Amino acid sequence: MNLTLKIWRQKDAKSKGKMVSYQVNDISEHMSFLEMMDVLNEQLINEGQEPIAFDHDCREGICGMCSMYINGEAHGPDRGVTTCQLHMRSFKDGDTITIEPFRAKAFPVIKDLVVDRSAFERIQQAGGFISVNTSGNTQDANAIPISKHAADEAMDSATCIGCGACVASCKNASAMLFVGAKVSQYALLPQGQIEATDRVKNMVAQMDLEGFGNCTNTGACEVECPKGISLENIARMNRELMKANL
Amino acid sequence: MSLNSKIPQGPIKDKWTNYKNSINLVNPANKRSLDIIVVGTGLAGGSAAATLAELGYNVKAFCYQDSPRRAHSIAAQGGINAAKNYQGDGDSIYRLFYDTVKGGDYRSREANVYRLAEVSANIIDQCVAQGVPFARDYGGLLDNRSFGGVLVSRTFYAKGQTGQQLLLGAYSAMNRQIARGKIEMHNRHEMLDVVKIDGKARGIIARNLVTGEIERHSAHAVVIASGGYGNVYFLSTNAMGSNATAAWKVHKKGAYFANPCYTQIHPTCIPRSGDYQSKLTLMSESLRNDGRIWVPKNIEDVKAIREGKLKPVDIPEENRDYYLERRYPAFGNLVPRDVASRAAKERCDAGYGVNATGEAVFLDFKSAIERYGNEQAKIHNIKNPSKAKITELGAAVIKEKYGNLFQMYEKIVDQDPYKTPMMIYPATHYTMGGLWVDYNLMTTVPGLYCIGEANFSDHGANRLGASALMQGLADGYFVLPYTIGDYLSNDIRTGKIPTDTPEFDEAEKEVKERINFFINNNGSHSVDHFHKRLGKVMWDKVGMARNAKGLTEAMAEIKAIREEFWKDVKVPGTANEMNPELEKAGRVADFLELGELFAKDALMRNESCGGHFREESVELEGEQKGEAKRNDKDFAFVAAWEYKGEPADAVLHKEELKFENIELKQRSYK
Repeated sequence: MNLTLKIWRQKDAKSKGKMVSYQVNDISEHMSFLEMMDVLNEQLINEGQEPIAFDHDCREGICGMCSMYINGEAHGPDRGVTTCQLHMRSFKDGDTITIEPFRAKAFPVIKDLVVDRSAFERIQQAGGFISVNTSGNTQDANAIPISKHAADEAMDSATCIGCGACVASCKNASAMLFVGAKVSQYALLPQGQIEATDRVKNMVAQMDLEGFGNCTNTGACEVECPKGISLENIARMNRELMKANL
Repeated sequence: MSLNSKIPQGPIKDKWTNYKNSINLVNPANKRSLDIIVVGTGLAGGSAAATLAELGYNVKAFCYQDSPRRAHSIAAQGGINAAKNYQGDGDSIYRLFYDTVKGGDYRSREANVYRLAEVSANIIDQCVAQGVPFARDYGGLLDNRSFGGVLVSRTFYAKGQTGQQLLLGAYSAMNRQIARGKIEMHNRHEMLDVVKIDGKARGIIARNLVTGEIERHSAHAVVIASGGYGNVYFLSTNAMGSNATAAWKVHKKGAYFANPCYTQIHPTCIPRSGDYQSKLTLMSESLRNDGRIWVPKNIEDVKAIREGKLKPVDIPEENRDYYLERRYPAFGNLVPRDVASRAAKERCDAGYGVNATGEAVFLDFKSAIERYGNEQAKIHNIKNPSKAKITELGAAVIKEKYGNLFQMYEKIVDQDPYKTPMMIYPATHYTMGGLWVDYNLMTTVPGLYCIGEANFSDHGANRLGASALMQGLADGYFVLPYTIGDYLSNDIRTGKIPTDTPEFDEAEKEVKERINFFINNNGSHSVDHFHKRLGKVMWDKVGMARNAKGLTEAMAEIKAIREEFWKDVKVPGTANEMNPELEKAGRVADFLELGELFAKDALMRNESCGGHFREESVELEGEQKGEAKRNDKDFAFVAAWEYKGEPADAVLHKEELKFENIELKQRSYK
């Protein structure tokens, strides 16, 4: 198939960016979206132009590095996938595809489609852990029985890959799905109870400090989340926060 | 220099304990004045950085991604082994040790492997304490599954995302230390050289990948935890950025590189589909617990399938060749990875490959869906269930176990694996070879350590499934924190290492010259052009089956590609900005050297062992006819290569492997 691509180009954080159109031809429907981008970049290099910078690494939907906003949707039109798992069979010959970086005040653009998500790092550092030393001198793993239900639910929250699609999809650029998922994982497990109060307060405080918006329950984040993290995580975080403030 | 593995004296089961009791310790106040650099933040680097910081050292950690959480350990699917014996099925430290040495085809160091097995159980305790949500049974206790090459269930897992959950555990431990200021984290940074002062590793030169700035970082010890070199094949299951640069740079500065030819070709990956392909995707080995591997018995059926005239589900049982069950009745579909990969290649080479490229076999869940469906019908007290009901119930169990893998497959291939068998083919996945280290995990350069996949030590010539995560965390959480203290106890009076010294000047100058060369070369081909050519030579001649002629040719061809690369590579952009092509150029330049040493090592090792299969060395008769033939008399050693300018000139040093606790036998999975 032949495609027209409208891609955000921005030299660096300080420069102004703009959309630029490119043409790619003979794209196979079996290609992944990023393989299509590779083809475009190879073409640009051969033409003596600068290739497009974009974040990517594992290319199997788990590292959370890739981050494009494609035709107005984080990770593109398919559901339950990251950009690297999106395949060209989701598009048709002659399509014009718009590709932008994830946009949020807390995610400044570094170059082209690459954004700075270090705000997520700082939120995790504020409390996204259980304060246990890695000495190995803990109790036997089976000394803490955890119901299968709770373990499975904690696992569902823990599958968040930290890509930031929730923020990019939210009209308020809220990070509550991301933070809610981490708070929930620990809230659902007995190991997380001891520091539950401080954890949720500190993580939420850091989230606010980073300039993320508030949640107004539109649910766009859940729809666009490549890992299907549910809105329940936000509700649980709010409950935890209320409990913590009582 | 002769190799000293520094294995402690005494019976194997007491070595590690005696060692810990006799090493020098650094008191907490002195730890505060000692700096350690950790390069790479996967399971090994992440866990090491966190633990060293907890102990009180000042840690500087580096990763090329935008967060430590994105290191490629995140992609490990199946699980982590530990000798917990929770299932009461006869597991023990000795048995895990034995399985690992046997699985590695008797080419690993006994003492290291025993220590690994010994600390394995503690890893699970540690991870549970950190809140890692391992799979549990209905009684609330931890669940296990079985992996290839063993007869017990000792693998702990978190759905098909075990690596992710373990890495997030290590990452959370790191975050706690970053918040306390004990880890200085450098995201989007790449190590480009090591700095040696008076023969000791004392720092690194790194490039800030956002600004292009070249930075100097000093420390009392440097830890390389940068993963494996599978991307030398261009196509592999590694992440796009996975590279050997850190390991290769320290090799060029004096660290010996061991057993580069030991590479794991994983049997269950999604087959390649076209030239544009950028990477291959693994389907976890855990699928072999329930999936059965087959190709059609009749060549006509193969042709009909390729032409789309016949569907695999329409081939009756009697016309299917479950070749692993046929050849290896004792282990069946759960033979070790190297054996399974070669068996798939054997069938495909014989013309039985089931896709258009002729390089694919089926992995079929029909039997498992039926089995689980019947079981569920009984549990739910459904009398005379219909076939559709059984399939529905069985598919639900499979979904619970492997849902994310099935989804991943469907997204890539556009076929529903609940309804039609998966197609799989082997792909490069893991490298057992790596920097040579002694029992302390120190390389041949004093103060330079290497942990995780980047070192060579524990897996011999073949790694068992679910052992990579075990080794990474064992090295980082429980081994290095002890061994590095013994070394650093001599550095308590050294004081801060200055970076304004001739050694740093020199290293920085070299790094900058190379970057400027790439930027100004203005050649005619992109970096990927050369990387793909290197990958093709590696796969065709240094892949699953190797011979002297092919390996000799490969060495010459790689050298030729390398020379052309340096003349003709084209790197757009400038040095002082984010420039992914420049990053790739440096990595591929190193792969072009490593690939040649890899082929040289494979040529030297004229025996078949584990993942290294030499066509000249096979059993000619008897029950084992056609199987790999090891040569213990001539090759029971670790090949550690010393850099001498050109990869072809590397000098071989041998560490003889002594087996005092395990009898060397032919590996039989029959």
